[in-house]
Amino acid sequence: MLTFGTGNKAVAMAVRDAKPVVVAAYPITPQTEIVEELANYVTDGSLDARYIPVESEHSSMAACIGAAATGVRTFTATSSHGLVYMCEMLHMSAGARLPIVMANANRSIGPGWNIGAEHTDSISMRDTGWLQVYVSSVQEAYDVTLMAFRIAEHTDVLLPVMINLDGFLLTHITQTFETVEPDDFIPPIATPHAIDINNPGGYGTLTPGDTHFKFRRDIERGMQASIPVIEETEADFARRFGREYHLYDEYRMEDADVVIIAMGTFGKEMEVAVDILREEGIRAGAIRMRWFRPFITPDLDGKDVVVIDRDYSFGFGGVVANELQAKCGCKPFSVIAGLGGQEVTYDDIAEFVRIQRPGTEHWFGVDD
Amino acid sequence: MFEIRLHSRGGQGGVTAAKLIAYAAFLDGKYATATPLYGAERRGAPVVSFIRIDDRPIRVYSQIRNPDLVIVLDESIMELVDVLKGLKPDGEVFVNSQKGTCVEGHRTYPVDLTSISLSLDLVLAGNPILNTPLIGAIAKLGVISQESAKQVIAETFRDERNVEAALRAYEELKI
Repeated sequence: MLTFGTGNKAVAMAVRDAKPVVVAAYPITPQTEIVEELANYVTDGSLDARYIPVESEHSSMAACIGAAATGVRTFTATSSHGLVYMCEMLHMSAGARLPIVMANANRSIGPGWNIGAEHTDSISMRDTGWLQVYVSSVQEAYDVTLMAFRIAEHTDVLLPVMINLDGFLLTHITQTFETVEPDDFIPPIATPHAIDINNPGGYGTLTPGDTHFKFRRDIERGMQASIPVIEETEADFARRFGREYHLYDEYRMEDADVVIIAMGTFGKEMEVAVDILREEGIRAGAIRMRWFRPFITPDLDGKDVVVIDRDYSFGFGGVVANELQAKCGCKPFSVIAGLGGQEVTYDDIAEFVRIQRPGTEHWFGVDD
Repeated sequence: MFEIRLHSRGGQGGVTAAKLIAYAAFLDGKYATATPLYGAERRGAPVVSFIRIDDRPIRVYSQIRNPDLVIVLDESIMELVDVLKGLKPDGEVFVNSQKGTCVEGHRTYPVDLTSISLSLDLVLAGNPILNTPLIGAIAKLGVISQESAKQVIAETFRDERNVEAALRAYEELKI
């Protein structure tokens, strides 16, 4: 059904259509509309789930862990300070191999107090064992939320998935999107290590080093196994519903000499920058990174690379730029832009390409 | 692409108005986006919303710098904010005005939305409802169709007086 709504609403509708059994949530700007909508669906009966309002994000993830451990589908949403507050539980959920799905409205972390879009919240959860996907439109927010349940719950993966959408820029924009009837697109959840509540057992008790070590490697195996599962899920989604997704999005890359790389809403806006540069005779292309974990490495051989990071790792640099450099051996022009919701337009993005100096870092609006 | 910047005060319904105009454009078969600009606003503070309408999918998320149309829901904002900033040379201005305010250098459409709402007793939490007459006026400018304007109002507001408010604003706006 063709409809019109915000990024938050699209996530909530996709969750409703995926039919989780437990939603545990604590509100935080700018994701609050997601859990408000879900509370409405539970109240009006369109979602038959237990909605657990909790007293903090640490508890919302703990509640999801408890529910998921019994083998049921779970969902929560958070943002910024809420996400970092649940950090311990993020490690717990991935370590316990529980396929929880969560939406994170990317927002900066204070101080100074700021509610604008920034990826530092989710990127600082990089090593928890969660899959991380970044979306760039209301439609993609809906589609990816549906797909996230199938990917997380696949028995080759059994890892939680975080869907990231830029705070306000995507959570609060109103756009056209199409909902689907998922039917059997998401198979029933079948967690192999689910606890039988009538015959309870325990997991995660004292684990000696050599066993713990093996468990860690198994998480990495699940992470690597998620790549073909993502591809197969996206292919089946395209077959059933007609919308195509790939591990990363390419735009006018066929003969590109210089490629702009970014995640989230920059990933759409930069297409306009590419069109502007092409008219000037600069053979530009764009790659929108969709999956940050697992990290998908595009082929950048022989191209100049301009990476826009809406994040920063202090003492290191722009995270996407440096991870790409590590994996591809390229020397990107690393642009740090849009932190705290800083306004960045397609004209600004085009200018990044014109002024690029490979192997250097540029703070937009701060460096001259 | 047709770009609209809407200036209002927190609590006046500007954010909702932007969504409704974009929704009407969607019903017209166009691609449309509505984006509120959030900061530390609170009730009464100047706020801005953006509306984009196009025949193709819209890839732009940044703010509108060069609007085709500026809507001002509270003309006292014009003393605080440069509402004409970046307006295209042939860009137009719509002002909710009780004194027929016109701006220099741009075609201006002043309509007294406030009086229309007050005369119909369309008041919410002590403020006149400006959304519905605004939609009527915007339909007159041809940004959205009359049919879609009617449908949006009918779907969103149960009270028939909203349709009447839209019709009056439609009549009062002189092309």
